[in-house]
Amino acid sequence: MGRVSVDKVTLRFVSARVGTVVALENLSLEVPDKQFAVIVGPSGCGKSSLLYLIAGLNQVSGGQCSLDGTPVSGPGADRGMVFQSYSLFPWLTVQKNVEFGLSLRGMDAQERNERARHYISAVGLNGFEDAYSNQLSGGMQQRVAIARSLANDPEVLLMDEPFGALDSQTRSIMQELLVSIWEKEQKTVLFVTHDIDEALFLGDVVYVMSARPGAIIDRVEVALDRPRHYDVVTSQHFIDMKKGIMANLHHEVQRSMTMN
Amino acid sequence: MNQLFIPKKPISRKLEVGAGVIVSGAVLAAWCLLTYGGVVQSNFLPRPDEVLRAFGVVLADGSLLKHTGVSLTEIYLGFFLSSIIAVPLGLFMGSFRIVAAAVEPLVNFMRYLPVTALIPLLILWIGIGIEEKIAVIFLGTFFQQIVLCADVSGQVSDDLYNVSYTLGANQRQVITRVMLPATLPGVFDTLRVTMGWAWTFLVVAELVAASSGLGYMILQAMRGLHPATIFVGIFTIGFLGLMTDLAFKWAKRMLLPWTATP
Ligand SMILES: Nc1ncnc2c1ncn2[C@@H]1O[C@H](COP(=O)(O)OP(=O)(O)OP(=O)(O)O)[C@@H](O)[C@H]1O
Ligand SMILES: [Mg+2]
Repeated sequence: MGRVSVDKVTLRFVSARVGTVVALENLSLEVPDKQFAVIVGPSGCGKSSLLYLIAGLNQVSGGQCSLDGTPVSGPGADRGMVFQSYSLFPWLTVQKNVEFGLSLRGMDAQERNERARHYISAVGLNGFEDAYSNQLSGGMQQRVAIARSLANDPEVLLMDEPFGALDSQTRSIMQELLVSIWEKEQKTVLFVTHDIDEALFLGDVVYVMSARPGAIIDRVEVALDRPRHYDVVTSQHFIDMKKGIMANLHHEVQRSMTMN
Repeated sequence: MNQLFIPKKPISRKLEVGAGVIVSGAVLAAWCLLTYGGVVQSNFLPRPDEVLRAFGVVLADGSLLKHTGVSLTEIYLGFFLSSIIAVPLGLFMGSFRIVAAAVEPLVNFMRYLPVTALIPLLILWIGIGIEEKIAVIFLGTFFQQIVLCADVSGQVSDDLYNVSYTLGANQRQVITRVMLPATLPGVFDTLRVTMGWAWTFLVVAELVAASSGLGYMILQAMRGLHPATIFVGIFTIGFLGLMTDLAFKWAKRMLLPWTATP
């Protein structure tokens, strides 16, 4: 199972230099098991902060995050995360990177090896098992990071702008790859992005966040059939949804600009 | 020509070796010119053949090997003792605020204190034997290693720790499986650099007061007005330093293959 609840979460950063920053205020959302949920919002609205809270890498100032009804109290292998900076372990080969979580759990070498190979091939990196990360392109590194998360079999996959640093062709290939893997794996995904096309192409539902302090201001159900072909972006329905989100976001970006 | 001054651009192996040979050869040629050309007196700057002869003498009477053995023992013992404590302490200091808070004031006080200033005190306390040389090398490298290693571990990216937590790592695993391997290349470089400094401290300590070692050999040669033997001592130290440096580079390539440029 992988039902994520975020219940009236508030997050404040207190620092000597800038005083108190309210990053998230009273934010609630509910992601049912196996849903692909996407969060879009203006820069600095607290999207990354929200994922860090769900991952347990940071603590809420108020409210609660929970997984299947159990409150999040710290990080754990049930909530995998893919970061914008690919964050592969440079001292490990592709194979060993993907095996990392499994070996922490003490899985035996044979089983570990097979599982890792399965996911390396799922992200299309056969033949690169023995490469180090400094020998891979950005897109390849992010594919390894995705394979590493999936091999660990989390209930929920948290993705923080994973394709943000990639060129647009590579990005659309990665999106299709991710969807095809997700359709097989059936995991709950929380995916953060700036890119509205990406949000609508990937998501079952898209949440729109306000400028800081971040809260959910809109929720769009994406009623597009799967598997989705990339030309859905030109369909009227897609364009209508995009217009709605853009109007909301535009307003929030303006608000965030005048605020800072 | 322009090609050669593009930052970080690789050059051919032939060019690489050639550049080194030309510069070293030029220094050697200048030496020959100055001495054989009669520009300077040989009791001021000895001729290459005199240095070779002096080398033969100290090699034959066993004194060179003896002094080299003493110096190497001193430097490796002092360096080893320092490293096994300073490296872990420095890594923890760079990553755990509590360790930094505890040792930083003392470390920063000690590290700006030139170890050479401590030599008289050390002689008073432990004499002029091998223990004193080890103490000098230890004190000279220890605090520098701590500070350099603290920097290395402070620079490990948060995301590496975060990603390992989300893959299920516990606190101990984060240290053994992320912090240690992530800092290894930096620790290697720290050791290599501080080893160079350790040679300086050793020779200073041996010049101040010793009864054996390469520094002592040089000092004796000066007293006996044997400039050629002084040169033998200097070349030996240079050669040992070069070998140590090559050994570090080689070990890094072997042990840390991922640090090689792709
Ligand atoms: N450690 C911190 N200390 C103080 N303020 C912080 C800290 N981390 C984040 N913030 C603030 O919290 C707000 C939300 O940051 P966050 O990184 O979550 O935004 P984001 O939506 O992910 O932005 P982006 O789209 O640029 O990645 C920002 O205004 C940021 O300045
Ligand atoms: Mg962010």
